[in-house]
Amino acid sequence: MRLVVDLNRCQGYAQCAFLAPDVFVMHGEEALMYDPGADESQREQITRAAAACPVQAILVDQVDQLEEARAHVR
Amino acid sequence: MSVDGPAATFRRRGRIVVVGASLAGLRAAETLREEGFTGTLTMVGDEPREPYDRPPLSKQVLLGKTPADGTALPRRRAIDAEWRLGVAATGLDLTEKRVRLADGQEVAFDRLLIATGTRARPWPRDAEADLDGVFVLRTSDDAARLDRRLAAGPRRVLVIGAGFTGSEVASACRERGLEVTVAERGPAPLVGALGGVIGAVAAELQREHGVDLRCCITVTALEGDPAGRLRRAHLSDGTALDVDVAVIALGAMRNTEWLAGSGLGAGPRGVACDAGCRAFDVHGIVTDDIFVAGDVARSPHPLFGYQFLSLEHWGNAVAQAEVAAHNMISAGPDRRPHLWVPAFWSAQFGVNIKSVGVPPMGEEIAVTQGSLAGRRFAAAYGFQGRVIAAVTFDHARWIDFYRERIEAAAPFPPDFTGVDRPPEGIRPVSADFPDPALPTHGPTVTLSGYSPSDRRLTFTPARA
Repeated sequence: MRLVVDLNRCQGYAQCAFLAPDVFVMHGEEALMYDPGADESQREQITRAAAACPVQAILVDQVDQLEEARAHVR
Repeated sequence: MSVDGPAATFRRRGRIVVVGASLAGLRAAETLREEGFTGTLTMVGDEPREPYDRPPLSKQVLLGKTPADGTALPRRRAIDAEWRLGVAATGLDLTEKRVRLADGQEVAFDRLLIATGTRARPWPRDAEADLDGVFVLRTSDDAARLDRRLAAGPRRVLVIGAGFTGSEVASACRERGLEVTVAERGPAPLVGALGGVIGAVAAELQREHGVDLRCCITVTALEGDPAGRLRRAHLSDGTALDVDVAVIALGAMRNTEWLAGSGLGAGPRGVACDAGCRAFDVHGIVTDDIFVAGDVARSPHPLFGYQFLSLEHWGNAVAQAEVAAHNMISAGPDRRPHLWVPAFWSAQFGVNIKSVGVPPMGEEIAVTQGSLAGRRFAAAYGFQGRVIAAVTFDHARWIDFYRERIEAAAPFPPDFTGVDRPPEGIRPVSADFPDPALPTHGPTVTLSGYSPSDRRLTFTPARA
């Protein structure tokens, strides 16, 4: 699955790093490092992390839209 | 206007072409559909892959934590577009309203969005740039190649240019345990974007992390062995360095060449457009059907004296794309201005750097919270008695506060009583930006256009 974090918004609350530690990791005091192409098995944790983000900085793809995305790439 | 007016008809049946299939192009396409555009939509992109995110390329990817092809952008919604990927746009006919493509085909449009962005500025001498071991970093393929080489364990990496990209590359190399030399023409890293006071902090940060940082120096030549592999770099102080890898991080160039001769006001500084993202033609007349967004655009901003801003910022690409898309399918009175306040971030050497506003406009800087020595601080930039920008090191939670100060043209030196005030009080000093006439690695914010307070601007026509 795909995700992107709007790091202009991110303020380093680290809620995501608690809820989906395999995907979101704090790098230093407050910089966030995340896996933009996380494994599908992480979807539930990532969805929870996105919902819990105090600044709503995490954007996660929707499964049905990915079908279209893939269909047009050689 | 009736519901069946030209705008409503265009929304239903119009033809929109988006040239540039990266962050700005994708978000614009999503906004068009979100706001009810049901006509045909064509996405043209020169890279043979779907839209992907670039910021992770110099961080997660170079650290070997994410594969270079693993940063495809999540989709906000289906866009039902015809994709023309792997084929660059090569020309624009404003009269016939057609985009020419590299494969010889043409695509007709009613309205066009230009979002062709930038590319890495190459090393100026081709023979040296072609040496095995010389890299730039802009695309996913660039990142894949560089990551592979770093994983092979080069003896020493030379990073040429200590802007944000160069500094992030150096940071990733150190984290991988590689020896790194950074060569910067200016007096400190990040000096073009944040000035000398912050540059000095960035320099300490690099040296503490074991970077061999050399400032006020240029690389005069890259030397290869008989097999064409990079083996040595020569510096302007007469010394030479044995290196296996050189990363050219000399900033970006705007992809406007394909618009040459089209009649649009496009050149090395980007495509000029109004606050509603409508492109200007060469006469300075705004076009009705050509829109611009993202790194390639330059547009006037009332907060900064209506000077034209060119922003190579992730957030600007998103915000400007949304405004451009909205305006493309809206009648005059419903159109919105693009009034985004510039903002960017960088993560390097374990520090989260954020900025808001236009730091290079700052005459003075004052640390308002924390301390430079502790590497945790917020600092405000002042211009003509008002707050014009701010930067934070590991103080991200305050960025929104400073953005509001900038939008309100709050006085400088700051008169607010914040928490975490420096014990010595708030003392403005010169922000120490290099003379803009001197070439640097290039700030991420470029001001151009007429400002009543700046008489240095000269018009230089392109040679025929």
